[in-house]
Amino acid sequence: MRRYVLRRVAIMPLLLLGIVTMVFAVTRLTPANPLVTIVGERNLGNRVVVDAAKRRWGLDRSVPVQYERYVANLTRGDLGTSFRTRQSVGRDLSDRLPATLELTLAALVFGLVSGVGLGIVAARRRDGWIDHLSRLFALVGSSMPAFWAGLLLLYVFYSRLGWLPGPGRLDPRAVTPLRRTGFYTVDSLLAGDWNTFWASVRHLAMPAFVLGWGITGIVSRLTRASLLDELGADYVRTARAMGISERRVVAGHALPNALLPTITIAGFSFAFLITGAVLVETVFSWNGVGSYAVDAARSLDYPAIMGVSLLGGIAFLLTNLLTDLTYALIDPRIRLS
Amino acid sequence: MTATVDSTVLTPSVVNVESRSEQGSRSRRARLPAYIGLVIVVGWTVVAATVPLWSPNDPLAPVGARLLEPSRAHLLGTDALGRDVFTRVLWGTRTSLPVAFVVIVASVALGSLVGAAAGFFGGWVDAVLMRVVDITMAFPPILLAMAITASLGPGIRNALIGMVLVWWPIYARLLAAQVQSVRRRDHVESAVAIGASRWLVLRRYVLPLSYTPVLVNATMDFGQVVLLTASLSFIGLGARPPSPEWGAMITEGATNFYNWWIAAGPGVAILSVVLGFNFLGDALRDRLDVRD
Repeated sequence: MRRYVLRRVAIMPLLLLGIVTMVFAVTRLTPANPLVTIVGERNLGNRVVVDAAKRRWGLDRSVPVQYERYVANLTRGDLGTSFRTRQSVGRDLSDRLPATLELTLAALVFGLVSGVGLGIVAARRRDGWIDHLSRLFALVGSSMPAFWAGLLLLYVFYSRLGWLPGPGRLDPRAVTPLRRTGFYTVDSLLAGDWNTFWASVRHLAMPAFVLGWGITGIVSRLTRASLLDELGADYVRTARAMGISERRVVAGHALPNALLPTITIAGFSFAFLITGAVLVETVFSWNGVGSYAVDAARSLDYPAIMGVSLLGGIAFLLTNLLTDLTYALIDPRIRLS
Repeated sequence: MTATVDSTVLTPSVVNVESRSEQGSRSRRARLPAYIGLVIVVGWTVVAATVPLWSPNDPLAPVGARLLEPSRAHLLGTDALGRDVFTRVLWGTRTSLPVAFVVIVASVALGSLVGAAAGFFGGWVDAVLMRVVDITMAFPPILLAMAITASLGPGIRNALIGMVLVWWPIYARLLAAQVQSVRRRDHVESAVAIGASRWLVLRRYVLPLSYTPVLVNATMDFGQVVLLTASLSFIGLGARPPSPEWGAMITEGATNFYNWWIAAGPGVAILSVVLGFNFLGDALRDRLDVRD
C-alpha cells in the first residue's frame, strides 16, 4: 500500500508542472491579441498607450521570460492580475469559489442520494416501471445539454408556474448574509436568518437539480447493476436461507459491497460537475468560478483563464488521486497489482 | 491497471451498465434502441446533406413578423429577427454534424499516431507520450477547450481545433493499451520471429485488431462532440450569429426568454443526436463484443 501511495504521490509535482506549462503554452502561443482587452479597441493604434500597457503587463518580454516569471509568481501563490477586473486572480477566484462549491456540493449530494435510492428500487423491482423510468431518466440526463435543461426549467417553474425563484443566488434586492464561509445557506443559518436561508435554498434548487441530474443517472444505473450482481451471490443466498429479513439482506449485506464501484464515480463526477457548472452558472447567473471562466474566455482575459484552468486542473488531479487511493484502501486487489 | 477513471468513461455508455447476469441476454433486448439510434442518425445525416434542395425557407433571411408563435406556416415560430426557427434547426445539422465528424476523425488520427507509437515502441517513448496524454486529460475538457478556443479567437473553426486538442488523448490512451495487449499475441510474435519489419507488423497485424474499441468509443463520442460544440457556441466561443448553429440559437432563445419556441427546437435536436449516437454506439459495442 505504501509503495502504491508513494508512486501516485511522487508523480504529482511532474503533473502539476505539466499543467502549468500547458496552460501557459495555450494562452501565449496563439494569435489572439490580449491588448484589445487591456487598452480597448480604440487605443490599439496609439503607440504610447500600447507600449505602456505592454510594459505594465510584462508583455514586452520574450515568451521564456514570461514563463519563468509566471512560474516564479505561482510558487509565491500569485496568479497574476486579471485584465478585466483589475484585481488579483487569486482574490477573484477565492471570492467566487464558495458559490461554485455550494452549488456543486448540493448537486453532488442530490445526485448521490437520489441515485443510490433510485438504484436500489430499480434493482429490487427489476424490469418494473420504476426501473424503466430510471433508465430513461438517466439516458436523457446524460444526453441533455445542461444549459438547455436549465432554460427549460426556468421557463416552466419560474416564469410560468412561479413556484421557484429566477436566476441568481438570492433576489437582486435581498441583503446577502454576513460572509463567514461564503455559502449563503450556511452563513444565513449562522446569522440566524431563516428567511434568507430558505430563499437561498430555493434559489439552489433548480441549478443543483440540473447539475446533479447526470450524476443521478450514472449512480442509479451503476448501483442497480452492482446490487443485482451482489443479490445473486452465494452469501446473499445464505443470508436469505438463514431467514434474515429482505430489508436487512439488502441494506446490511448486499448494499455495502454494491456501493464499492460507486466510489469511482466521485472522480469523474467532478469533471462532470465542472463542465456542468460552467454552463449552468451561465444560465442561472450564478456568480461562481464557472461564470468567471466564461467571462474570462469571452474577453481574452489571459491571467484569469490561466487561473481558472489551473484551479480546474489541480482540483481534477487531486480528486482523481483521492478516488484511486480510497479505492486502493478498500479493494486490496488494486494496491497489490 | 489502476482504477483511474478518466474521461473515456464520461461517455454516456456508463449509463447503460448492466449487471453480469443481464449481459448475455442483452443482444436481444438491445435491438429496438439500436434501430431508433440508426433512424435518428441517418435521418439527421440525410437532412444535413439535402436540406439546401428542399429547405422550406431561407435560414438567414426574415420570412415573417418577429417572434411569431409556432403555427402551420412556421412550425417552430420565428425568432427575434423574423427568421423561421424550424428552417434554422434543419440547417443547424450542416454545422454540428460536419464539425463533430472532423473532430472525431482528426482526434482518432492524432490519437492513433501517438497511441500506436507509445504502445508499440514502449520504453521511454511510451513514458513521454503517455505523460503528455495524462497532462492533457488532467483538465476538465470544457475548460481546456474554452481556453484554447478563446486564445485562438472565437469562431467555429477554432472551436474545432480546441476540441481536437482536448479529444485526441482519449484515443491515444485507448489505442496504446490495446496495442500493448495485441502485440503479445502469438500471431504477432510469429510475424516478428520470421523477420517482418516493425512497421509491417504494426500496420498489418496489430492495428486492425486494436481498432474495435476505438470505433465504439468514436461512435459514442460523436454525440458528445455535438454537445460540446453547442456548449462552446452557447457561451459565445463557437459559431457566431447569424449562422444557424444549435448552441448559438439557444443563446438567442435565452435572451428572448419568454418566447420558448426559439430554444425548444435546437434543444430537442441536440438531445436527439446525442441519444441517437449513444444508442448506436451501444449496439455496436454489443455487436462487436467489446468488454473492458
